[in-house]
Amino acid sequence: MAKKVALLQGNEACALGAVYAGAKFFGGYPITPSTEVAEVLSAELPKVGGKFIQMEDEIGAMAAIIGASLTGAKSITATSGPGVSLKQELIGYACIAETPCVIINVMRGGPSTGMPTGPGQSDVMQARWGTHGDHAAIALVPNSCQEIFEETVRAFNLSEKYRMPVQVLFDEIVGHMRERIVFPEPGELEIIDRQPPSVSPADYKPYDSSKGQVPPLAAFGSGYKFHVTGLNKADDGFPTTKAELVDAEERRQIDKVMDNVDDILKNEEYLTDDAEVIIWAYGSTSRSARYAVNKLREDGIKAGLFRPLTIWPFPEARTAELAKQCKAIIVAEMNLGQMIYEVERVSKGDCAIGGVFRVDGEPINPGQIVDKVKEVL
Amino acid sequence: MAERYEIRFSGAGGQGLITAGIILAEAASIIEGKSAVQSQSYGPEARGGASKSEVIIADGPIDYPKATIVDACLAMTQESADKYAVGIKDGGILLLDDDFVQKNPQGNFKLYRMPIMRMAKEDIGREIVANVVALGAMIGLTGVVSKEAGEEAVLRKVPEAFKDLNKKAFNLGYEKSKELLN
Repeated sequence: MAKKVALLQGNEACALGAVYAGAKFFGGYPITPSTEVAEVLSAELPKVGGKFIQMEDEIGAMAAIIGASLTGAKSITATSGPGVSLKQELIGYACIAETPCVIINVMRGGPSTGMPTGPGQSDVMQARWGTHGDHAAIALVPNSCQEIFEETVRAFNLSEKYRMPVQVLFDEIVGHMRERIVFPEPGELEIIDRQPPSVSPADYKPYDSSKGQVPPLAAFGSGYKFHVTGLNKADDGFPTTKAELVDAEERRQIDKVMDNVDDILKNEEYLTDDAEVIIWAYGSTSRSARYAVNKLREDGIKAGLFRPLTIWPFPEARTAELAKQCKAIIVAEMNLGQMIYEVERVSKGDCAIGGVFRVDGEPINPGQIVDKVKEVL
Repeated sequence: MAERYEIRFSGAGGQGLITAGIILAEAASIIEGKSAVQSQSYGPEARGGASKSEVIIADGPIDYPKATIVDACLAMTQESADKYAVGIKDGGILLLDDDFVQKNPQGNFKLYRMPIMRMAKEDIGREIVANVVALGAMIGLTGVVSKEAGEEAVLRKVPEAFKDLNKKAFNLGYEKSKELLN
């Protein structure tokens, strides 16, 4: 039988990807350009026995998805940069309490209210560091409507597997544009659920990592009772100030991501094998970059594209390899230079680095990238 | 590079031009099986302001989702004509609402005028279908999708009670555009 297809907005694809992944709870507060994610989930979640709550604000929304997740429901919120700013305190809480949840950030400009209906990519460093304290981050950056569906599913999987918040960042362009989507059949994409405890409620310790870096997570309401706090805690969930316990917990929560980068990283390369210049771009800008690569090849310039789908953790090893292979890396992003710092850091001066930036609410067009490449070479 | 065909619909917010773009993209991608990307840009206003919707159609995958060199453009108001009837390729197509755009944008393209709003109001009886009249006209002028695919996409989009109205509107725009071409 032919698969179901539809012409969908990126935001709509995100919502349907969440349902496919098994989401059962949305808590959010509407904000352009992300609102359609909430709108579609308000209609779809009740059909699968899920719940939708429009909270009083973004902070409440983040609190709600943490609480819902602790009852065992896969939980999601959707917002834009200004909303993530408000959620930051509780993103840290989800990190230390090791609570799976998915945060969608449909990026617009900033700082503050910025330009609600224009695209931006200026929240990528916020996704990495946007909460205080040392912590690991996972962030995904899809560039098409089909990929938004699939990466939303992957975000849930990573969140459940590593017991932590995962952000999916796309921007107004992909969030609002429409493309044909081919819906995966049930079972076609892998769905990962959090590991439940194998011990009795009496023996359960919510942060017992003796059997692995990611402790099993019980659901409230299933007979297991445990303490949840934002304080540094021992394996039983109660606060501790014992230096060796605090140190081990802090490190484990980062190691669970950094020891598994091969599982978490995902990227796409286009014509990089013989490339003398690599365009390093993500999200909607990577589509301009691919167009630019083709144009440059027509002009006899050996250009290639490196496109991360996972932006955090940073694709260090492959970026460093490419820096050794090529003459220049051009980072294109709709901000005034954020990921370029990471590219510069890991390339260690092995090649020239150039940037194409834009923050006027218009997309970076292929011509800008072509011009920059010609200027640098 | 795959050949791209780029269409831009522009007018005032609330005139349904984003919907016109969506219907064209459905016709191209879901009904005719081509690749299509529809995007839009608009201001913070719910009504008024200049609004545009772009559709890129190609036989192969589409990378850059916005217009590069526009093959065909529609402008329903003077403000949208001033702002968005730019970057049209040599020999391309520009369709203007005859009553609402007084000053012609300059460029080396084929210029057509049609009283789109008036046709919707007087011939169909509902101004609200002006976007569907315009869509019929743009499909007639460009031939980027077949008339049948366009009409089917319109009918899929509208509620049962409004199918006849929209079918009439689509056909009126389409037929009128053929008169302009002759």
